Amino acid sequence: MNITRSFLFLILGSVVVFASGTIEGEITKQSLNISAIAMFVIFVGATLGITYWAAKRTKSPKDFYTAGGGITGLQNGMAIAGDYMSAASFLGISGLVYLKGYDGLIYSIGFLVGWPIILFMIAEPLRNLGKYSFADVASYRLRQTPIRILSAFGSIATVILYLIAQMVGSGKLIQLLFGLEYEIAVILVGVLMILYVTFGGMLATTWVQIIKAFLLLLGATFMALAVMSYYDFSFESLFSHAVELKGIEIMSPGGLVSDPISAISLAVALMFGTAGLPHILMRFFTVSDAKEARKSVFYATGFIGYFYMLTFIIGFGAIVMVYQNPEYLDVAKQAINGGSPILGGNNMAAIHLSHAVGGNLFLGFISAVAFATILAVVSGLTLAGASAISHDLYASVIKDGDADHHKEMQVSKIATVVLGIVAIIMGIMFETQNIAFVVGLAFAIAASANFPVLILSMYWKNLTTRGAVVGGSLGLATAVVLVVVGPIVWVDILANAEAIFPYKYPALFSVSVAFISIYLISITDNSQSAQKEREAFEAQFIRSQTGIGAEGATEH
Amino acid sequence: MNKELVEKIKLNPDYQKLVKTRSSFAIKLSILILVVYFSFILTIAFNPTLLATPLFSDGVTSIGIPIGISVIVLAFILTGIYTRRANHEFDDLTNKIKNTIKED
Repeated sequence: MNITRSFLFLILGSVVVFASGTIEGEITKQSLNISAIAMFVIFVGATLGITYWAAKRTKSPKDFYTAGGGITGLQNGMAIAGDYMSAASFLGISGLVYLKGYDGLIYSIGFLVGWPIILFMIAEPLRNLGKYSFADVASYRLRQTPIRILSAFGSIATVILYLIAQMVGSGKLIQLLFGLEYEIAVILVGVLMILYVTFGGMLATTWVQIIKAFLLLLGATFMALAVMSYYDFSFESLFSHAVELKGIEIMSPGGLVSDPISAISLAVALMFGTAGLPHILMRFFTVSDAKEARKSVFYATGFIGYFYMLTFIIGFGAIVMVYQNPEYLDVAKQAINGGSPILGGNNMAAIHLSHAVGGNLFLGFISAVAFATILAVVSGLTLAGASAISHDLYASVIKDGDADHHKEMQVSKIATVVLGIVAIIMGIMFETQNIAFVVGLAFAIAASANFPVLILSMYWKNLTTRGAVVGGSLGLATAVVLVVVGPIVWVDILANAEAIFPYKYPALFSVSVAFISIYLISITDNSQSAQKEREAFEAQFIRSQTGIGAEGATEH
Repeated sequence: MNKELVEKIKLNPDYQKLVKTRSSFAIKLSILILVVYFSFILTIAFNPTLLATPLFSDGVTSIGIPIGISVIVLAFILTGIYTRRANHEFDDLTNKIKNTIKED
């Protein structure tokens, strides 16, 4: 399987594997798309302006990591939604709907249902206990050094895997949309992201994300409305036209999840993985208190849900307006494989649809928004990775919680630059590699290492350092091993005949390993420090419930 | 937070009420969304043709579509319900607790 076939599945930002429906074949570089480039230049100019403005307001670590804690619930909800609405989920989900109809909806629902759980269980304690990173919460009453190292490792691993996927995906996508060389595209993304994060910190990163989320919702709304207006806003007539072209199968589930174990394991990965993604968790520290944290999730769930409904309409719109439309037909591929392949593969469905409903200008707009989306998402990721290095490793472990603020800021900026360079190098290195497993692995690690330690530290009195470190590490190791011996790496990449572990999604197993081993090791831990950690639970629980003593909490 | 304060808050009836009502509310809503979502996923795994049933006898729209959209809408509504209650009732209780501490 070559990289071009697999890369867009990757930037889907997901664990779902579908072999078809990606940008396929040799990437044919487009001629320079002038209107897209003009709009993109405007976006970059505006965001660099924001970065300049934010840089003047980013003086302390608190400003850098959390935008000073002054983001409102609505703004944060938009930013969280922006983190979630990557170019991948926009193009990937609409491409999946275009290809398989109903399956695209199943997939987006899986992404959404983690949010209510995050609100009910995590958002508030996280805001009340933490300062800059989720490791603050996990290590609240446990021993700082081992827990911070474990959490930082989980964060950095998740961030780097995700970054590789985003960089490779963005390089290809930009090559296709803008006609830029792959290397230039990757370097451009890397450099802009370093600029946003090092100078503007969380404030710039958040506003870049908000603006992009707004533009993406605007563009997607316009496309969905344009499609519906062709059908007098009747879903039945849209669907029946689509069914005429593609058959009645697109109206029902079609094998995205086939057996119950895979179905549940995928659900576990999506739900718990979301609740363990460091760049998402970090956003809860940018608001002033628990009230705003709750509102953030409410708005984010609304925006994301709305966005998924739009992508569903867009996917069907592409079926009726792009599929079998000679203008978007890949003639060369049709000659070899038959059928009606579209230029660039199925994940370009939304891009072609933008041209079909709005001409070159709107195509340029949507392309620029897709580019902006990549930039905003990689910036958030890099900031989360940098804070794990500077706040968790440097300030809390190396300096024992007593780091000079100025120094800590310097370290975080150096970490950002290093991560940015690593991302560029990896992006170029992995251009032709099969990296189909990396996002699945990132989600599995988030669900199996980050999430169990975080949730148990909040709610389970008997959790001890030993239990968290051993259980979290085992969860991480299990996730890595099961991905390697599973169908994607063992069969598709290493070309073995049969997978040792039969399921694509290891989360059900690796998450269970993590919880069970944390439990067993914690309850058998009779050390003195374990006793102290249990005693400290009550005070922590009170703070997590009421916010009394919390960072930045305002008295009412 | 010192031991004395911990004991005091622990015995505060408002605090006990807050923890009790909020936990049970959060757990109920979590179970609701989990049951709905897993029923949906397991229907797909075990009986996908059920969702293929047409919504109208002469139409193509399957009942799977309104059901899927309803899961999305439900997720949003539940976050709204929780946020509304937490931002009023639970925050009022929290503020009462905070004020009691300040008074002494």
